[in-house]
Amino acid sequence: MLGKTAGGLYWMFRYLERSENTARMIEAGQRIALTRTGGDEEWTSILQTSGVLPGYLAAYEGEVSRDTAIDWMLRDKDNPSSVLSVIEAARNNAKTVRTALTREVWEGVNECWMSLKTQLARKIAERDLPEVLQTIRQRSAFVRGALHGTMLRNDIYNFSRIGTFVERADNTARILDAKYHVLLPSATAMGSSLDNVQWQSILRSVSAEGGFQMAYGSDPRPREIAQFLILDRRMPRSLASCTDKIRSNLGHLTGDYGTRLPCHDLVDRLALKSMQRNVDEIFDNGLHEFIQEFLEDLAAVGAQIEIDYRFYQ
Amino acid sequence: MKGMNGDAIRDPYAHFSNWFDGEDPARLRKKQREAEDLFRLTGITFNVYGRAEAAERLIPFDIIPRIISGREWSRLARGIEQRVRAINAFLYDIYHRQEIIRAGRIPVEMISRNVAFEPQMIGVSPPGSVYTHIVGVDLVRTGPDEFYVLEDNARTPSGVSYMLENRETMLHMFPELFSQNRVQPVSNYPKMLRRSLAACAPSCANGNPTVAVLTPGIYNSAYYEHSFLADKMGVELVEGHDLRVVDGRVQMRTTEGYKPVDVLYRRVDDNFLDPLNFNPESALGIPGIMDVYKAGGITIANAPGTGIADDKAIYSYMPDIVEFYTGEKAILQNVPTWRCNEPDSLAYVLDNLADLVVKEVHGSGGYGMLIGPTATKKELNEFRKKLTNRPGNYIAQPTLSLSTVPIFTRAGLAPRHVDLRPFVLVSPNKIDITPGGLTRVALKKGSLVVNSSQGGGTKDTWVLEE
Repeated sequence: MLGKTAGGLYWMFRYLERSENTARMIEAGQRIALTRTGGDEEWTSILQTSGVLPGYLAAYEGEVSRDTAIDWMLRDKDNPSSVLSVIEAARNNAKTVRTALTREVWEGVNECWMSLKTQLARKIAERDLPEVLQTIRQRSAFVRGALHGTMLRNDIYNFSRIGTFVERADNTARILDAKYHVLLPSATAMGSSLDNVQWQSILRSVSAEGGFQMAYGSDPRPREIAQFLILDRRMPRSLASCTDKIRSNLGHLTGDYGTRLPCHDLVDRLALKSMQRNVDEIFDNGLHEFIQEFLEDLAAVGAQIEIDYRFYQ
Repeated sequence: MKGMNGDAIRDPYAHFSNWFDGEDPARLRKKQREAEDLFRLTGITFNVYGRAEAAERLIPFDIIPRIISGREWSRLARGIEQRVRAINAFLYDIYHRQEIIRAGRIPVEMISRNVAFEPQMIGVSPPGSVYTHIVGVDLVRTGPDEFYVLEDNARTPSGVSYMLENRETMLHMFPELFSQNRVQPVSNYPKMLRRSLAACAPSCANGNPTVAVLTPGIYNSAYYEHSFLADKMGVELVEGHDLRVVDGRVQMRTTEGYKPVDVLYRRVDDNFLDPLNFNPESALGIPGIMDVYKAGGITIANAPGTGIADDKAIYSYMPDIVEFYTGEKAILQNVPTWRCNEPDSLAYVLDNLADLVVKEVHGSGGYGMLIGPTATKKELNEFRKKLTNRPGNYIAQPTLSLSTVPIFTRAGLAPRHVDLRPFVLVSPNKIDITPGGLTRVALKKGSLVVNSSQGGGTKDTWVLEE
């Protein structure tokens, strides 16, 4: 396989995953705005968590409002991570790697782009927002389904999956990073329940209210939420779960190519260092520091994969 | 569907005509829309240059097939094969001993002053002496059994993906038509292309040569076709930056390191192929590929410098070229052509401008041409000036009374002008012509311009079994 193709697949699936994560963040933000009277501070946090705050502040000269925040995240072409930008980038990547995709996957991406290009052509009115967000989630789920159902389990598949999980881990870690203060003991009296809205916001932004309740009951404690999002392998968006997937897909590549490369050592180290822990230990050593380190290590794994499999040179 | 002068249904259309008469026009209109949705979903689009919105457009597809009888086709195929054989012999000669010039059949300045002549190719002998691995010969019909060649596309002819997708679309929408009519299949083309390219591999290749398609990238107007062909052949689709010269071979960057490419089906113009040897500004090419090529380390299809054979000024010599190399009279007709660099011809062209079609010698895609009968006074005057200033840049031809075929319009069937581009594969011992080709149709009533960049559409082309 061409190095460019591996890179194209990896990024195509990172972009698709990002579109879904952004839609979810907007959903969480909107929910808080609707259940709480008051200002737009929550949108600053949402923009921050999605990693698009600096660009936004530059474009809007520091003013944060609901309407402009949503527009920036959904459809602004100047925001390279807006849903419209990433869907376009995903489709361009799909075009580049088209010979590696099944017809079903290609059509899934192409349809995703066609329908969102139409839906996002104009500013989204508040009453249309739920439908647009639903389209984004459904379309990206559709591509994922086509990938599962039609693609050979070979290097093409593995690079696609690695892209998905690197992006997903990055997203979950960012959510934790933006909200870690909510989970710290100083923010709440030890052992007491969290502020209802805050924990809902965290779980909502990873689509896991129901999952959490199923696993831990309906009275969440900070450590349980941290445990759930960091270490719980049942949770498909947890850091442990994503790390496992990146490891196993990289492992399959070793099988495909018969060569072990530096990125394999890096991801093993990441798994050993971050995931063989218990949550108390993480809290004792500092949740914020833990997440910062995880994000750095994850970025290093991503960069090493790009080098080892010759994405660009 | 009907003859030129009569109202009788042409033979090959008999079954189709019956079917059509029994169809509900509303259902056909729905099918027409369905076809467009299918094209859009598959992404069979082309990019229009020079538009700010980088618009992806569909080439309009007409659901009425153009039908050619097996007998007509066999004759046509013989003519095409003869012509393509002559073109390859001509190219070999032009880059070697230039016998045709020594024999006085072509003036030397037609070659020496021609920008399409590639001095780097002098003395280079590609494997099997194949220069034009893929040719698209543009034909028009003017009467029963009378076909003219409009031009020989010997560089990088495009459109074959439409030939294949148009057929797929028809099979999908109207399967019954294919049980009622015995239509010769076209779907073998990608397999034959791969086999044909592999047969031209350089001697350094092992038993199973590595073929790759070189594309300028996703923003090129024909990108869909490039990815389609690579996909159907099961070969890599590469861009210039995926390739580099390593150890005297052109190699592609894979996830496991560099791997040599034996045959490169390039869809990039000569000029952009190699920044070291041609245009130094080119970011699409591979520095040094020409040196590897000349040393026999890779086959480039089509060979660089083949433009000398499809140049519009050389075109006027094609009957001589065919006769010189095959010893036979040309089976296919050439459109009478005035070369404006000859003073007598120029005078005639200027006097009769309103009746002629004027084309740029190196133009393509229907750009920069004048169609006398439909031109305005202003356009005629502009061309008069152009012709006087740079006569050598133009040729002129009479407007042919092109035959028409029916298209499906809101008001039912209506006649439109068409051309036909059959696709020809050349390998060392063999010339393969896919039965049919791409039919392009001028959708505007009365129009003679079929180019997709100028509002033309396409149809499925059937050649019936004999």
